[in-house]
Amino acid sequence: MARVLVGVKRVIDYAVKIRVKPDKTGVVTDGVKHSMNPFDEIAVEEAVRMKEKKLASEIIAVSCGPTQAQDVIRTALAMGVDKGIHVEVSGAEYETLQPIHVSKILAKLTEKEKADMIIVGKQAIDDDSNQTAQMTAAALDWPQATFASKIENGDKEITVTREVDGGLETIKCKLPAVISADLRLNEPRYATLPNIMKAKKKPITKMTPKDLGVDVSPRITVVSVEDPPVRQAGAILPDVDALVGKLKEGGHI
Amino acid sequence: MSLRKEVIQLYKTLLHLGKDYPSGYEFFRTRLHKAFMKNKDEKDPEKIKKMIAHGQYIVKELETLYMLKKYRTLKRRYDL
Repeated sequence: MARVLVGVKRVIDYAVKIRVKPDKTGVVTDGVKHSMNPFDEIAVEEAVRMKEKKLASEIIAVSCGPTQAQDVIRTALAMGVDKGIHVEVSGAEYETLQPIHVSKILAKLTEKEKADMIIVGKQAIDDDSNQTAQMTAAALDWPQATFASKIENGDKEITVTREVDGGLETIKCKLPAVISADLRLNEPRYATLPNIMKAKKKPITKMTPKDLGVDVSPRITVVSVEDPPVRQAGAILPDVDALVGKLKEGGHI
Repeated sequence: MSLRKEVIQLYKTLLHLGKDYPSGYEFFRTRLHKAFMKNKDEKDPEKIKKMIAHGQYIVKELETLYMLKKYRTLKRRYDL
């Protein structure tokens, strides 16, 4: 039976309207509702289903981030994860934390926890990097099954259906492996109130990147963050002549 | 579990779910409260059981609503 590690990220809730800070250094996060990255929810759900089918022995949820990252670990625990690991990265360090750092942390923890499967969401809805799964696979030298829309467990082997451009690709890969979850892998369950209460008793280990020997010094600097361009309003013209005139004016004909 | 306890449990569950309601928590809470208060004098255990079953149905519907809303938003946003 596999020991499964799932990565969960705390992001601004999908339903919140994102506002860019006036000084263009980032987006407003203070007093904004946060929740677990929806793709990570799918990853957690998949791991929990594996455990329910007795294919996984233990599930460990990992989150890198400030103190509040524990909230999403709690959500994962309420969904059925066994224990959590919170890697505390806060302040300026968190602002420049990149998938490369997270993947190194995940790789180290995998070795430490002797996990033989990693499931993460394919991307986070805040930075849309889509790199963590791939880089983690590289750091561990494990096979990767990204954008999974179906996972079938075999003995020492998994069959994964991947969503690729214009169709589905089915691959087989040996365990241990890194899997990234696509949108249609499953429908995540809702963390019920009694389960949230029970989750409070489950253990969360706290550590820092330093404890794991991972260097989280920034590799990039954010130059500026800007709103996407606003679509210009259209106009309704009275007749064809006016339309032709407008098009000529714009140099289209 | 006594019926009274069951009703309270249902109310709490619904309140918890209401936190994510699209029209806002306050909107949901006032309506939920009204719905429960309307039947506060019900004494017939059979009827109460029926109402609890209905409440449980609403819980399922809400969970599905949230799931679909999230799925559709992501699908639209990422053109998946």
